[in-house]
Amino acid sequence: MKNTISNTFGITKKEYLSYFSSPIAYIYITTFLVAVNWIFFRSFFLVGQADMRQFFGIAPWIFLFFIPAVSMGKWSEEKKQGTLEILFTLPIVDRTIVIAKFLASLALVITAILLTFPIAATVSIVGDPDWGQIVAGYFGMTMLGAAYLSVGLAISASTKNQIVAFILTVAANFLILVLGTPLILGGRGGLVMSAISYLSFIPHYDSIARGVIDISDIVYYCSVIAFFLFINLKILDRKART
Amino acid sequence: MIKVSHINKSFGKIHAVNDISFEIAKGEVVGLLGPNGAGKTTTMRLITGYLSADSGEIKIEGIPVDEDHIEARKKIGYLPENAPLYHEMETVEFIKYIGKLRSIEQQFLSSRIDEVIETCGLANVAGRMIGELSKGYRQRVGLAAAMIHKPQILILDEPTSGLDPNQIFEIRELIKNIGRERTVMLSTHIMQEAEATCGRVLIINSGELAAQGTISEILKRGKSKIEYTVSIRAKREDIENALQNLIGFHLSSWINDSSEARQRFALATDDGSERSEEIFSWAVKQGFTLSELTHNTLSLEEVFRELTQG
Repeated sequence: MKNTISNTFGITKKEYLSYFSSPIAYIYITTFLVAVNWIFFRSFFLVGQADMRQFFGIAPWIFLFFIPAVSMGKWSEEKKQGTLEILFTLPIVDRTIVIAKFLASLALVITAILLTFPIAATVSIVGDPDWGQIVAGYFGMTMLGAAYLSVGLAISASTKNQIVAFILTVAANFLILVLGTPLILGGRGGLVMSAISYLSFIPHYDSIARGVIDISDIVYYCSVIAFFLFINLKILDRKART
Repeated sequence: MIKVSHINKSFGKIHAVNDISFEIAKGEVVGLLGPNGAGKTTTMRLITGYLSADSGEIKIEGIPVDEDHIEARKKIGYLPENAPLYHEMETVEFIKYIGKLRSIEQQFLSSRIDEVIETCGLANVAGRMIGELSKGYRQRVGLAAAMIHKPQILILDEPTSGLDPNQIFEIRELIKNIGRERTVMLSTHIMQEAEATCGRVLIINSGELAAQGTISEILKRGKSKIEYTVSIRAKREDIENALQNLIGFHLSSWINDSSEARQRFALATDDGSERSEEIFSWAVKQGFTLSELTHNTLSLEEVFRELTQG
């Protein structure tokens, strides 16, 4: 147990720091911040409302491109360079490595989210926002980011090519995202439609972003993450390796 | 130390490893030889627990790899083919990372790192990024990382491929030194390498074990083709006529031009036995003076070619 924790921590730390050993992480984060700030401030002073609803509203769409960039190389590069063989011949269970990689990429996403604080600061300077809603919004964003990541990591594990991983992750997350929109539902109701819309990221995200933290939404996100991490583990299984 | 019994592994329709069994005792340096694509890497990946066998069993110091690959991996140090490493990491940082993941106690870790840096001659690349290192140094960093936990067994997949002659020599010396106190299994498709470093070789071909034994045992397998190189100062026709009287031998080839004063040729015995005295007495009886009589043993390379083709 002690070893599992220290191994998880060791791999997470290395994986997180390795983002910063090349300019890539800086480029990701800068691009992300420029995009969210520009989209937010473009309309913020026009609308004249001191809240961050706009910001949380666009987050799922920005994440659609930002998150796959974070997850794309996590496994595909290891496969391409052959370092997967080093990792999976250490006396460490596969589960530990999969979880550590997930935590490391989540840490990078959280880093990026925290760096959006100037938006929250501006809002609180110009007005008197509802802090509960902002905290809930950030929490929802983190959960959504984690769910996107788990999808992206599973896809990254199935290819040696990070560009392929990027494109497939954008596509897969887009699909899960729009399941809940009227575009797919076609405005119809019914049990099947509400079941499909339940699977989508959108309804669960929207309610958290509105400031309503419902246990069922948290359960939803945790299940999605656990499911895709499990798929990730299965893709990398010893019996499936070549 | 390593006991492999009847292992099989297929990838789709390709039968990469087909019913291979062998044992490696403590302290041996064993070479796994075979042409490219013979199943060397797959065999090593099965032993290290990276892959799992379709059937058969591998035991590392009595631990079945398939059931307890975590315990088995603790006994093994493994250098995969082409020494894959994290290029964005610094040399010592990488070795330290592997050491930590190998659960080496913090208080011993830095002295262990110093030891492997010393053994593998890495002192002058400490502080440099792995991505900047030459292939020879990367191979050594991989070896240092594989040895950080003092494994009893080292498995090295083509440790010298892609290196220049000086680097090859250095790595071979390193392996010989390591082999004095540990069990080493290394794969190669270069015969001289096996001759230079290994006490025993396993030859595999198309996923099957074609031969195993010490180098001299393997060489004996080529005995059916004992040849002698003979030089005689005489005309070719005279020699050809005289050869009619040499029973139990046949001429396999002329080595030089027919116009030269001294003729060189290769003689093979029909039954594969060693009979150089007969050539000598034949020459005396025919009135020839032998200026050369050498016994050509087949090189490991030729035996290898024989075993792995047709």
